[in-house]
Formats: sequence, C-alpha cells, structure tokens
Amino acid sequence: MPESASTYSSQVDALYFYLSGVTIFFTLLISIVLIFFVVKYRRRSLYEIPRPIAGSHKLETLWSVVPFLIAMSMFAWGAQIYFHQYRSPKNADEIYVVAKQWMWKIQHSTGQREINQLHVPVGRKIKLIMTSEDTIHDFYVPAFRMKADVLPGRYTTQWFEATKPGTYHLFCAEYCGMNHSGMIGSVIVMQPTDFDNWLSGNASQQAPAVAGQQLYESLGCVSCHGARGEGGRGPSLAGIFGRKVFLTNGQTLTADESYIRESIENPGAKLVSGFGPIMPTFQGQVSPEQLIQLMAFMKSLQVTGPQPATPAAAPAPGETSPRATPNAGTTAPR
Amino acid sequence: MQAPETFETPAAERVNYLNAQYGLKSWLLTKDHKRIGLLYLGSISFFFLIGGLYAMFIRLELLTPQGDFLSSATYNKVFTQHGIIMVFFFLIPSIPATLGNFLVPLMIGAKDLAFPRINLLSWYIYLLGGVITIYALLAGGIDTGWTFYVPYSTTFSNSYVIATGAGIFISGFSSILTGLNFIVTIHTMRAPGMTWFRMPLFIWAHYATSLIMILGTPVIAITILLLAFERLAHVGIFDPANGGDPVLFQHLFWFYSHPAVYIMVLPGMGIISELIANFSRKNIFGYSFVAFSSLAIAVFGFLVWGHHMFVSGQSVYAGMVFSFLSFAVAIPSAVKVFNWTATLYKGSISYDTPMLYALGFIGLFTIGGMTGLFLATLGVNVHTTDTYFVVAHFHYVMVGGTLLAYLGGLHYWWPKITGRMYPEGWGRFSALVIFVGFNLTFLPQFIAGYLGMPRRYHAYPPEFQVFNVLSSAGASILGVGLLIPLVYLIWSMRYGKRAEANPWHLPGLEWRTPSPPPTENFLVTPLVTWEAYEFAPPEELRVIGMFKEDESLEDADAVINGKPL
Repeated sequence: MPESASTYSSQVDALYFYLSGVTIFFTLLISIVLIFFVVKYRRRSLYEIPRPIAGSHKLETLWSVVPFLIAMSMFAWGAQIYFHQYRSPKNADEIYVVAKQWMWKIQHSTGQREINQLHVPVGRKIKLIMTSEDTIHDFYVPAFRMKADVLPGRYTTQWFEATKPGTYHLFCAEYCGMNHSGMIGSVIVMQPTDFDNWLSGNASQQAPAVAGQQLYESLGCVSCHGARGEGGRGPSLAGIFGRKVFLTNGQTLTADESYIRESIENPGAKLVSGFGPIMPTFQGQVSPEQLIQLMAFMKSLQVTGPQPATPAAAPAPGETSPRATPNAGTTAPR
Repeated sequence: MQAPETFETPAAERVNYLNAQYGLKSWLLTKDHKRIGLLYLGSISFFFLIGGLYAMFIRLELLTPQGDFLSSATYNKVFTQHGIIMVFFFLIPSIPATLGNFLVPLMIGAKDLAFPRINLLSWYIYLLGGVITIYALLAGGIDTGWTFYVPYSTTFSNSYVIATGAGIFISGFSSILTGLNFIVTIHTMRAPGMTWFRMPLFIWAHYATSLIMILGTPVIAITILLLAFERLAHVGIFDPANGGDPVLFQHLFWFYSHPAVYIMVLPGMGIISELIANFSRKNIFGYSFVAFSSLAIAVFGFLVWGHHMFVSGQSVYAGMVFSFLSFAVAIPSAVKVFNWTATLYKGSISYDTPMLYALGFIGLFTIGGMTGLFLATLGVNVHTTDTYFVVAHFHYVMVGGTLLAYLGGLHYWWPKITGRMYPEGWGRFSALVIFVGFNLTFLPQFIAGYLGMPRRYHAYPPEFQVFNVLSSAGASILGVGLLIPLVYLIWSMRYGKRAEANPWHLPGLEWRTPSPPPTENFLVTPLVTWEAYEFAPPEELRVIGMFKEDESLEDADAVINGKPL
C-alpha cells in the first residue's frame, strides 16, 4: 500500500481491498477448478470419447447474474466516492496551478508562489484550480489517490484534505513530451501552525486578487464593467461565479472559470442577454496566469444593490446573495 | 500415438497448396487464402520482432531509476513505437489475418474467401502501411505515445507524426477489407449443412470481430485525417489555441481504440473455444451463450470508450454511464470463462502444447479481466489510470490473452498449415517458460502501479526499482520463451515429422482434408451432418480416421460409453 495521506485515500483503499478480495477469490476459484478438472479428467486412453454435455440454462443464469450483481456493487461504491470527490466543497481554500512543459507553477490565494512544490496545511480543504499553458498534463498525488488532467484553454479542479504531515510525490501523469518524467515535485503537508509560519515567511508577494485588480484597471475593463464590477455598458462581474447567465441566443449557463476565460478571449461567443458585441478580444494579451489573477479579483468583488446583469429573469432570491461574500469561491458544479 | 488410417495418397506425392506452384511470383500474385495467410504470418512476425526489440530497450532502461541507458527523447520514441508496432501491425492483424485467413474457409467448408483478389489487396495495403511506418521510424521516429494525444501531437511534437499516421491510416483499410471478406464469406459460402449454429466458435468470434473492423476502423481513419489537418494547417479542431477541443480527439480516438481491443481479443477467445473443446473431446458447454457473448462484446464494446477518460475533464455523469457500461461488457467475458471451465468437466483432457496455451490463457485472461474491473470502478480508476497498473492490466489481456491464444492456435493448426508436426517436448517447455516469464514481467507492475508509478516515465523515484528489476528479469525469460518457438517452428517446416490429415483426431471440417490442404481446400464439397465439436457418432469417427476400418462398431460403441476395450 502506498502512503495514505488524505481523507479520500482511505476510502479508495477500502474499495481497492474489496476489489482485490473479489479478484483473488475468482482467480483462485477458476484456477483450482481448472487444475482439478485437468488432473481428474486427464485422457486415460487414446480412444476414449466422453459423453457430451449440452449445457445448463440454470448455470448460465447463475454465472451471469452473480457476476453482474458483484459488478454493480463495485460500480455503485466506486461511483459514490468519485461523485463525492468530484464536487468541491464550498469552504475550500483555493490554490491556482498552472502547468507547462515541464514544471508546475503554483500560487496561493494569499500570493505565495511556488514551483514544483505545494505547501498545504493538515485538516483544511484545499481546492486546486488548474490550467495548462501548452499541452495536456495531469496533477497526480498518489498519497492522496487523486489525479486530474490539466488542460490548455480550460480549467479543471480537484480538492483534497490532507490528514498526515509529510512530503509526498507530485507526478505529471499525462505524457507531455520530452521531459515528462522530470515534471515531478512534492506536496508538503504541514501542521496548520507550521503552515502559517511558512506563509508569513513568504508574504512579500502580491495576492492574485490584488494583481488582478491592477490588470483589470490597466486593461481598461473598468470603463464598461465598473471599478468594483458593478456593471455598466458591460454586464456586472460581482458575484458572477456560480451565477446563472442568460445569453442573447436564449441559452442559459452557469458562469465558471472556462466561461469567463472564453468571454475574455472571445467575447462575442456567448453574449449576455441585453448587451451588444462591443467588447474587444483579449486573446493573446492575457496569459493563463493573468487570467487566474483577473478571476481571483472578480471573485473578491462584493455584490452591491440589485442584480443588473440578468434583467430577463432574475435568479430566485437567496440564490446569489449567500455566495456574495468575498472569496466565496466557485460554487459551480464542474 | 498409433497412426490412424488415412484415406488419401501419401503426403509426399500429393499436390497441395504449397507445392502446387513454385517461385516468388506464385506467392506474390496468389489468390489462395492459405498462401495469403502465410504472407501475413511472415509480415506480422517481422513486426512482432521489431516491437519486441523496442520492449527490450524499455526494460533495459527501466532497470535503474535514473535515465541512464537512453536519452529521454529516445526513450519516448521507443515506448511510442513499441505501442504503435505492436497494436496496429501485430495485435490487430495477428489472429484474423493469419489464422483467420487460413481457417475461415476451411472450417466452413468453402474453397476460398468470397473475394480472393481483395484478400491479396488487403495484404499489399497492410504492407504499404507497414513500409511507410517503418520509413517514419527510420527517418527519425515518433514520440507522441501510441495514443497521439493532442495538442502534443499537433503542436508540440517534432517527430514524424504525419508519416506514422499515414502508415496506420493505410493499414486500416486492410483491416476493413479483411472484415468485409469474412462477413460475406461466412454469410454466403458455408458448405451444405453448415448451419449458423453448427459453425465452430472460432467462426463466430471472427464474425463478431469483422463487424468491429468494418464499423470501427473508419473512425480511426477520420481521426488521423483530422489530426493531420490540424498539424499541417492548424484548422482549430483540437487545438484550444485555435478554439478547438483536445478532449474531442480523445473521444474520437477511443471510439475506435477501445473496440480495437476486442478486435485483438475476440479472435483469441475463438481459438480458446476451439482448443478447450477439442483437447478435452467435449462439445463446448453452453455453445449458444459463448457464440452470442462474442456478439454482445462486439456491440457493447462500442459504448464504453469513455472509461479511458475518467480524469480528462469529461462530465461526472458521462463518467458514471461509461463506468456502468464497462461493467456490463465484462459479463459476457466472464460467461465465456465459466463456460470454458465447465467444458472441461468430465472431458478427456490431453496435455498437448495448444491445450497448455489455452489453460494459460484462461488463468491470465481472468486476471486481466478482473483487473479491468478496478479500472472500470470510478473511484479506483482515478488513482490507477495512467500508472503501471493500467500497463499491467492491458498486457495481461493483450499478451496473456491474445498472444497466448495466437501461439496456441499456431501450434494447433501448424500441422494443417505446413504439413509438419512441431516438436511436442519443446512446445510444452516453451509454453511453460512463456507463462512464467510473462507473470514475472507483469505481476510486479500491478504493485508498482498501485504504489503510484506513472507510465511513460523514463526515470522514476528509486522506491519503484525493485518492481522494475523483477519486471525486466521476467521480460528476459519471456523473450527467451518466445524465441524457442520461433526457432523450432521454422526448423519443423523442413525437418518436422510429417503430419497426418487429422493428427489430433478431431471432427472439425478443417481436419477432414489433407495436411497441407489442396489449393481448392476440399476435393469434394463437404456435406455437414454433425454439430460443432460432435465427437460421438462412431461411423463419423471411422470416417475421420479415429478408428481403423477393421474395428467393429461395437468396439466403437464401447469406447463411446467409456468401457475399456
């Protein structure tokens, strides 16, 4: 067994033991019966012809239905823990991961940057928001039993809660070119107090939300979306993450990182209902890291007053307001 | 074993498909399915040797944790080329194009395949694809992994992606033509009396395989074309920098490449059904369940491709559907294993080399199949996918399954193909060596994988070394085990004992014609009056040479009822 260092890893191991047990049982069953038959019914005379046996519907049913039921138990158990793992909790700390050939660039929401290392505290839920600058990579921490592809032009997430301080392998698990096997690092799990010390020892860097605000101003987003994202000629950005967005083509979607990225790089693709195609494209002007900073800034904006962005059908009261706290994080199910 | 009486002229004087014509031209322009089968046999063996050579380099490199034997760029090419050669140029054509080509007409009592010229064309197409691929390997090779994932393959790789893709694209047509030929032949050219449910299960398996070949292969062709467009012109289908979707490529790729797994393993299952029934002299237990499970696998196999993509960012609900369907497709495979085992019950089991391969297949395929369930299970897949666990799993299915079945089938039909017996002692010995070497190679990889060793790693953390050393040691045993048959099979073509028409004393149609068969397969059109694997009727046994003419039917009756003579 590899080291088990997250709340998720023990669940995976339990299921793994179940699967191993079933596998060993059936492999032994088949092997023993096979060997028994092969020895017992070995050919004793050259001319012997055994009596034919046609088959048995009862037996066929038995060995179709029993494996099916066992398979369904595996399916249900596996799907349950996967589903649980797939939905990020709302109160998780967000950490941004940008992968490129062949390194991991990591930034904490408090501003600390790391390369090929990830420091996290024990017992706190951590959500990784990941994207790639070039090809597909995969963020894999065996001790946490977690893995997710990191795609260019898209944001994937995964979350974990570490349970045991220590240093664990971080691997790139999706083949990404020449130095794929060098794209490794470590996840360092610390006691919360040690982690806080570590954070304060590295506090000189700018938080992504602050950097994002500077970008927001220098790129001129202010003129249409307002200084605090309250909206104007462009839709409101405050509390945008996880909100339902109504588009000019009649569709609705839930705003998430990928939608925001698309709207920055290709604004005409999914226009918010009630707004014209007046925004210029920022394709090629904003790096994946800067995109993350812009999003961190948007997430820090507070909702003020009524919602102007979705005039056609305002979301039900109570749906957006609880999320409108600063750093509420993405609530969009992804 | 006492030589049963044969009713034909002595083999040495007979005209058969091998000595009917001589000269290179008579081979290169042949329309005889048996000769084309041999052409394929030669060419896939060549590709198998190349693929095996790459495997040797991989295992040498992984002996130590540091990347010290090959550079990382070379290592990436080596594992990519190992995969491409083995999958597209060995595993996919292996059984259908050689044994299938040779035996489908013989086993249903036909003179040839329905389209002999198309059959020859398919070999040339395969060869052309192979030559282009070999050119790409010699010119500089390819480093994308056999899966060609974008955008690495379209934008970042500086290797011969398009040339290799062209080779695979072209060889795919040979697959389609072979599948087409089999389907038409099985539908229209069965001998009188050979009803669908009298067909040997080898034929059912090839029918199911042909369906996948025809329906699946065009998809990989389209995928490779799109890949080439994207790489040459950056049209923006897959590359997110141009508004494309890299996951779309994975969907298209696996839509073919998962069913392709069944192209590789279904014919193997067909061989195992033959071997288990014939070497225990029993009709197969639950014939129709085994036959239909092949079709069920072929159909369901098209619906499970998404289980390769549980961590690729596809929707969680899609993941659940694909996981469910993947469990569903496991059931027909399980049914086959149970039926094979039940067939042995109260049989008369011989320990000839082909049977040893068949028994090995059942054991290894059980492990390969059961570990497939780990990967179908969503929660466990997240941890094990893209690790050595996957590598071990598919080698258990592809090598422990397909390769063992192929070798078993090759030994079983060798007397029919060449008219010569292989040396039985060496055969059993090498089967044993292969079994031991195989397990030593791939069992440790399950452990390394669960411990977290990612696949396609040129260098790895030192704690994984012990498993890699075991694996490399096993691979060298496996390599020796595979070289032994290569040597003695070639030796036996000239020096082996002459084979009788029916050396195993079996009822199948292919054993009721001389070894090697005449060009037209059967001197008279056979009339089939027996069920598949029907060993019973004594008159029949006399006809197929199990009894001497002077033995009375009473003696035969005594034999059938199990009484001592």
